[in-house]
Parts: sequence; C-alpha cells; structure tokens
Amino acid sequence: MSPLAAALLIMLIATVAAIVAGPLSVLKRRQPPRHAMLAELEAQREAKYRDIRDAELDHEMGKHSEQDYEEIASTLRSEAVEILNRIEALQREGEEEARAEAAGGEPPSTR
Amino acid sequence: MASLGSGALIFALVVCAYGIGASVYGVRNDEDRWIESGRRAVYGLALVLLVAFIVIEVAFLKNDYGFNTVADTSSATTPLFYRAAAVWSSQEGSLLVWALLSSLWSSLALFLVKGKMREVAAYAAAILLAFDGFFIALAIFYANPFNTTSPKPLEGAGLDPLLRFPAMIIHPPMIYSGYTLCIVPFAFGMGALIARRVDTEWITATRRFALAAWLFLGVGIVLGALWSYSELGWGGYWEWDPVENAALMPWLMMTAFLHSAMIQEKRGMLKVWNSSLVLAAGTLAITGTFLVRSGVLSSIHAFGGATLGVPFVILIGLMIACSIYLVVSRREQLSSSHRLDSLFSRESVFLLNNIVLVGLCFVIFWGTFFPLISEMATGQAASVGAPWFDRYTVPLALILVLLSGIGPVIAWRKASVANVKRNFATPVLAALATLIVLLALGVTSKLFALVMFCLAAFTIGSVTQELWRGTRVRSNATGQVPPRALLGLVGRNRRRYGGYMTHVGIAMLFVGVAGSSSFMHAAEPRLSVGKSIDIGGYRMKYIRPTASVTAKNDAAETGATLDLGAVLRVSKKGRYVTTLRPSEGYYDSDEAGVPPESVGHLIAGTPVSHVTLSSNPLRNVWAAIEPDLQAPKLQRIIAAGNKTIPIDKPEDGMIALAVLAREYLAHPQAAKFNLRVQPLLMWIWIGAIIVAAGGLIALSPTPRTVVRRVSVRAARRRAESGLARA
Repeated sequence: MSPLAAALLIMLIATVAAIVAGPLSVLKRRQPPRHAMLAELEAQREAKYRDIRDAELDHEMGKHSEQDYEEIASTLRSEAVEILNRIEALQREGEEEARAEAAGGEPPSTR
Repeated sequence: MASLGSGALIFALVVCAYGIGASVYGVRNDEDRWIESGRRAVYGLALVLLVAFIVIEVAFLKNDYGFNTVADTSSATTPLFYRAAAVWSSQEGSLLVWALLSSLWSSLALFLVKGKMREVAAYAAAILLAFDGFFIALAIFYANPFNTTSPKPLEGAGLDPLLRFPAMIIHPPMIYSGYTLCIVPFAFGMGALIARRVDTEWITATRRFALAAWLFLGVGIVLGALWSYSELGWGGYWEWDPVENAALMPWLMMTAFLHSAMIQEKRGMLKVWNSSLVLAAGTLAITGTFLVRSGVLSSIHAFGGATLGVPFVILIGLMIACSIYLVVSRREQLSSSHRLDSLFSRESVFLLNNIVLVGLCFVIFWGTFFPLISEMATGQAASVGAPWFDRYTVPLALILVLLSGIGPVIAWRKASVANVKRNFATPVLAALATLIVLLALGVTSKLFALVMFCLAAFTIGSVTQELWRGTRVRSNATGQVPPRALLGLVGRNRRRYGGYMTHVGIAMLFVGVAGSSSFMHAAEPRLSVGKSIDIGGYRMKYIRPTASVTAKNDAAETGATLDLGAVLRVSKKGRYVTTLRPSEGYYDSDEAGVPPESVGHLIAGTPVSHVTLSSNPLRNVWAAIEPDLQAPKLQRIIAAGNKTIPIDKPEDGMIALAVLAREYLAHPQAAKFNLRVQPLLMWIWIGAIIVAAGGLIALSPTPRTVVRRVSVRAARRRAESGLARA
C-alpha cells in the first residue's frame, strides 16, 4: 500500500469512527416510551385528517349520498376526537413530568 | 489506489458488523446511545462505500488497466461517457454500486425517521446493514473490484458494444436503486414485526420509499425496454426475458402494496397482507439480483457468474423463512377488528386490484422459473415463451386497466347504487364511443386490442371526470379560475391525483402495447440496391449503401471501428414519408485469434445494430440491417490484410477496413433487413412518462406545515361540531 493510500485509509477510518462513536459519550438516557406513542398517535391523527378531507371531497364531488356521508363523517370525527384526546392526555403527562423535573424532584417512571 | 479501495471494502464490512451489533444491543438493552451509534454506522458505511466507489471510478476515467475490472470492461477507444458508466457493467463494479446505493437510501430512510419508531428503526438499521454486509462480503470474497494485475495490460477489452446506448447507462442504476429501495420497506416491515409494533406508523414512514422503489424500478424497466427496442435489432421491447421479469415482479408487488397500504392507513385493515406484500417485494428484489448474477437462467442481461448462486440462495432462503416465521408468530398483533363496509367501495376495488397484481406476479414467477421447476420435476429444462405469458397476462392486464378506471370514481367505505350510476356514466360513455369509432374504422379482428382500447377510454374518462369535478368543487369553494383551481386541487392532494395520473399513463401504455403488438406488420427481406418491399401500407426502397471507418465517429458515437448500412426511402401511396438509415456497427475485439488477425480482430467484437426509426403517435416505421460481411469479396480483403499487415500496426489495419468499406460502397451486396410498421407504439413511451410524472407528483411532499396548521384547527372544530350535532 502506498503511503498516500495508507494515509487516506487512516483518515477515513478515523472520520467514520468519530461519527459512529459520537453518541456513545453523549446520550445516556433512553427517551420515554411516551415519545413513541405520541409519534404513533400523531401519524394516526394525520391519517384521520386526510380521511376527513378525502370524505369531504368525495361528498362534494357527489360520490356519497347525504345519508352515507353523514354516517361516514360522524364516524371519522369521533375517531379523530378520540385520537386528539389521547394526544392531549399524553402531552399533559409530559408537561407534568417536565414541571416535576424543573422543581428538582425525580421524574415519575415512564416504563 | 487499489489498496485504498480494498481497505475501504474491508473496513465497510467491519462497520456493518459493528452497526448490527450496536443497533441490536441498543434496542435489547434500552440504550439510546447504542441505537444512535448503530444508526450512524449506516451513515459511516455510506461514506466508506462512496470513497471506494470514487477510487474505482477514477481508475476507469484514467484507463488504469492495473485494475482487472477496468481492463475487462473499458478501453481507450471506449467513449468517455460510457467509460464513466462502465463501472456497473461488470459483476464486481455492480456489487459495489448495489451496496453504495443501498447504504445511501438506508441513510436517507433512517435520517427521515430519526426520533420516531425507536425500536422499529433500530431493527431496520440492523437488517439494512446485514444486506449491505452481504453484498460487501460478495465483493470482497467473490468478485473484488479492486483486484489488480501486474504488469498492467496496455489496452483494455472495451465495454460490451451492446451497452453503448444512453438509456443503458441510466438503466442499471435505476434498477439497482429500485431493488435497494425495495429493501428499505422490507427492513422496516421486519423491524415492525420483530418489535411487535405493526401499527400504521411504519407504513406511513416507509410509504415514500415503497413509492420511490416503484418509481425507480418502473423507469428502469422502461429504459430496458427502450434499449431492447432501439439496440438489439429484433424489433421488440419486451421478450419475457428472466431478467426483465425479475424487475417486473417486485414492481407488481410494490404496486399492490401502495394500494393496500392506503386501506391500512385509513381503516387499520390488511396488516397481514401489507406485511406479506412488503416482505415478498423485498425477497423478489433480492431474487431479481440473484437471477442477474447467478447464471441460473440464461438471459442477455445477466452477468453469468455462477459462483454467486449459492450465497444468494442462502440469503433468499433466510428471507423467506424469517418472513414466514414473523408473520405467523405475530398474527395476533396483525389481526384487525375492522371489516369492509360494502362491496361497492374503493377498499373492495383495491383488494381486487391486489389479487390481480399478485396473480400477475405469480404467473410471471412460474413462467420465469419454469426451466428450473421442470428440470427438478423431469430432469429436463423446458422453458415457456411469449405466447404462454400472453395467454395469462393479457386477460389480467385487461382487468387491471378496468380497475384503474373504477378505482378513482368509487368512494371509500360505501358507494350507493345511485352514486355508482352517476359516477360511471361518463367513463362508460367514453368506452362506448371508442367502441363505436373503432368498429366504424373496421377494427374488428383483434378482440383483445379492441377491449383494451375501450377500457383505456373508460379509465381516461373516469380520471378526466374526477379532475373536472374536483376542479369545479375547488373553483366554487375558492372562486379561483379553473386552471388555477386544478393546480390547487392537485397540489393539495398530490398522492391522490399523482396516483390517478399513473392510472392514465398505464392505460396509455397498454394502448401502445395492444396497438403495436396486435396490428404490427413485419418482414425480414433480403434486398439489393434499387429493390423495394411493401409492408403495412408503406413501400421501403433500398436506395444506396453507407459505410464509415473511424474509431470514434460512427453514426451512433459508440466507438465502432466499421459501420456498414443502407439508405431506405419510405413512401406511402407514392408520397415520400421519410428516409431511414439503419446500419450495423463492428467493434474491435481483445481476442485477436490464433494466429492473431491484424484486420480481423478490428471487427471481431459483437456486432451491434444501429436501428433507425420514424416515429409519430400513430405509427413507428422501424428498420435494422444485417450487411453481408461474409461476402467473398469482403472476406478476401480481410484475409489479405491479415496476411500482410503486422498485428502491432492497427493504423494500417484501419486502412484495410477503409478498402473494405470502399468495396462495400462500390459493389453493394444484397443485405438482410428487419422492417416493421408498429401502430401506436409511441404511446408506450408517452404512457411511461405520464406514469413516472404521476409517481413524482405522488412522491413530492405536500406543504405539510400549512396543511397541518389549518387542518388541526379546522378538523377539531369540525369534529366537535359534528359530535355536538350527533
């Protein structure tokens, strides 16, 4: 191996090692599972909004009868409200946890 | 620099092993820092492989024949554009490109889901690294692109002349990108099953990658068809070749998944089906890669290195076993409490569409692997040809185009009979009008083509009606003029209208397929100068021969040493239509023969047809020529040159070729022509462009921030007011 190739390879290894090892000395704690649940609920919320928009557009374009649309829209709305309530509950829980942490106390367990 | 490339490959394998370990350890022990380190290993891997790729690319550009792969697939006479792309024309280089693309797409996927799906993403990172590791290991132990020879050869063998075609340069990276992108949803699907988080989030997060895989595979398939049509000299664009089929199968699976994923996103249904589709698409993508590289089935597109067969079979076996185990063991989490509300619904149409697509995939799988299946069963390999494929795929394609028209106009959840009647009136009228026009024109002999044209009209009618009604609704709601309302409608619903656009493109593409195959006129005459032949209402006359002898200046700029052709005058009912100039390029060969032939080897490479065509939306007139190079007078010139010109004087050999070309022009022999008139063929390419444009629209992000802010408030108000009313 030529000296130039060796030097370049060593530089490459050092760079990648720095990229890969970086988080090992910084991040210590696992994020609470609430974050994952929140992300899933937000995905559900986005999907539900999309459904509501689609249903409205379909209705306006004459694909549903008035009765069918009311039934579908009512179901979608109650599903959306349920998701929003669950998101709010999780967010409230997070805020309480943050307040407790700011006050110097131990955060409640999230496991 | 070969040692830098080799070192980078070995280091890449180490990074893969580390990343797999870090990701799995992190997720098993709730250690975010190890999960993050595993994710970054994917980024690091992409960097290492990029360096390795740059090393080999520079070797190609600098004609460094010390690298075996450069000596085997490039030469000083290979034009620069093709030399730069020659890296993926060899087994060794393409393995590196596969791993590089996979690591780049994996990095992008993991970057986009950062902070989401913690466990799923960690398992997905490990699986993606395992795939990369597999390909890197193949490159290191079976086909190393950094193997060198000393002393360096003075000249390389050159790129296969068949590959010296612009579409063929873009085609492999498109197909590799499609295959590697198929692995992303596969890895996330697996990760979701391992982590038992089979909700909608992984589908939402990876849907764009499934769409990108579908788009890249589709573009790659069409570019391959274009190459076949424009370069191979047989006049067709699809031959049901195993390698063509290998790319089509995951594309069909991804098409099915893109439809059924919507049902899971909207209704929480079909979780087993979606997981299975994604896992099947990923497995078929690897199977496609296996077919190209194992030599197990003969194909013009394959590398033919039989040594790679066993590792691929093991990998595919593992993928199938793990997929089945995970789907079966997670069946409780995958179950859904929702049921179809009505058979008259978009969900039902999507389900039917899925069955047809999977059916198509199964037919193609069976036909592709039939030589292996028959050999196992009877001891003799038997293959099935185009008529067998056509018998099953044509009816399924008809159903598919019909469903492409039904899908857009039928509502989600439930569509009443009255609404079905209202929404189907226009598309049915469009189909009937098409039928009447075609019957009036006397198109009665080809039933399948007739039905396809009517179904395509149905689909185009249904999508046009959708666009018109949507535009009208938006125009009324916003007061915008219709063109602006249309743009706004599509812009706010890119997934929906991008999808509809692909339906129109598919319908047009099938119109092109049906028209060009059912109403094609073809002939393979042997013509002398001055003679003509009538085909499909056109008269084609051989006016004069053409010839050129310059290493880099043949008509197609492909580096042919000799190019022999003809000028054909095409007329219809006595009126001039066009002039066609087909030719055949002859190339230098590294195999000089025993004893070496100083002139013969200059034209001993694979001859390549330089096809010529006149194309418009109604018909293509296509011509290829096979000059008679074996004519005694021409062979005498070659033999005399071989005897008198030394092998180390290629310039003198070119003079002999000039003499040969002059003889060809002065005393033209009869040449064999392949002539075709193919109606509507251009619609295949137009349809494909529309499909790709639709895919890009569906792939492009909706301006989410705006939509979200507005829709959160609006939907909340609507939701609460709706509940209050209820």
